Amino acid sequence: MAEVASSLRAEGVVDELKKCGVTHVVWLPDTESKYMYDAIQAEPGITLVPICREGEGPAICLGLLMGGKSPVLLIQNTGFFESGDAIRGICLDMDLPLLMMIGYRGYEPSGKPMIDSAGAFTEPMLKTWGIPYHLVDDDSHTPRIGQAFAEAREKSHPVAVLIGREYQ
Amino acid sequence: MMDGISALRVLASERTDQVLITHMTANYDWSRLNPPATELDLHLGGAMGKASSLGLGIALARPDVDVWVLDGDGSLLMNLGTLVTVATSAPKNFIHFVYQNDAYDTTGGQPVPNAGHIDYPAMAKGAGYPSAFFVDNVEDFQNRIKAILAAPRPTLVALKVASLGHRPPPGTPKGLDSMQRITALLAQRPEPRL
Repeated sequence: MAEVASSLRAEGVVDELKKCGVTHVVWLPDTESKYMYDAIQAEPGITLVPICREGEGPAICLGLLMGGKSPVLLIQNTGFFESGDAIRGICLDMDLPLLMMIGYRGYEPSGKPMIDSAGAFTEPMLKTWGIPYHLVDDDSHTPRIGQAFAEAREKSHPVAVLIGREYQ
Repeated sequence: MMDGISALRVLASERTDQVLITHMTANYDWSRLNPPATELDLHLGGAMGKASSLGLGIALARPDVDVWVLDGDGSLLMNLGTLVTVATSAPKNFIHFVYQNDAYDTTGGQPVPNAGHIDYPAMAKGAGYPSAFFVDNVEDFQNRIKAILAAPRPTLVALKVASLGHRPPPGTPKGLDSMQRITALLAQRPEPRL
């Protein structure tokens, strides 16, 4: 995970979500995702569901899945930590086939030790909970989103992609 | 103040084909009704107040299906932002009942913070719910239930009920089975083209 990225276009990410058949993005903004918000708003086939706190997200996604829709959860790693019990009790206990797109605050693409504890604890936390994850921090990585989406469906288990840089 | 079971009987008398999400003490009382639960009932055990969030997801996915959430007041207090989240999405098929017993019965009956002084309908209206009601009398509830169910939604209904004062026995178990059953039942209902 020490690649130096060039860019990550929000439109490319949204295109990948469309290819997956995503219908809803359940979302709380973070410091890196302004362009992602704009890109989703511009896509009529995807409904943005804004939430007040990240812990609401897994339960809303469960309901959307029960109703036959295809949601993804888009939050920052800080919100991932906050929503811990909802991820445990809903995503893991109820075997939710959910793609979680997690903003990787504190990520160091150079491979240097992360100074920001939000970054340092992200991968250890995912490993502890047995949630597979993949890094996306360049346009060339966007197919990993589709692969992670399919992986979640195949395993009936949450899978994360870590967004390692600001959307542009 | 109402006896919880009596209040729920009023609800049950109006129940047709709504999906019902139950939570905490209300789940226990709902499980004691006769006739008991239907195949569209789901008890979301634990989950720290996320019953309304689950109900919102179903309501957004299936605007043609009415969703009732039977929340607890302690549960709602753990997830108060849900009022704004629901109001933002504004589902027209969503009714949020709050079992207001001013206590955490499932942990032994301790009072919720500021017990007895919280105005849940005011909170809901302030968050943007177009309709919100407070009911503390069974006869009054019986008289108003049809108007409450017909009000513009999303709707919040605070049901002022007596605390058990102790932990209730288990009600309907939390269930992966319920989730899978309701998912299958919803898939069988044709979704109208909008």
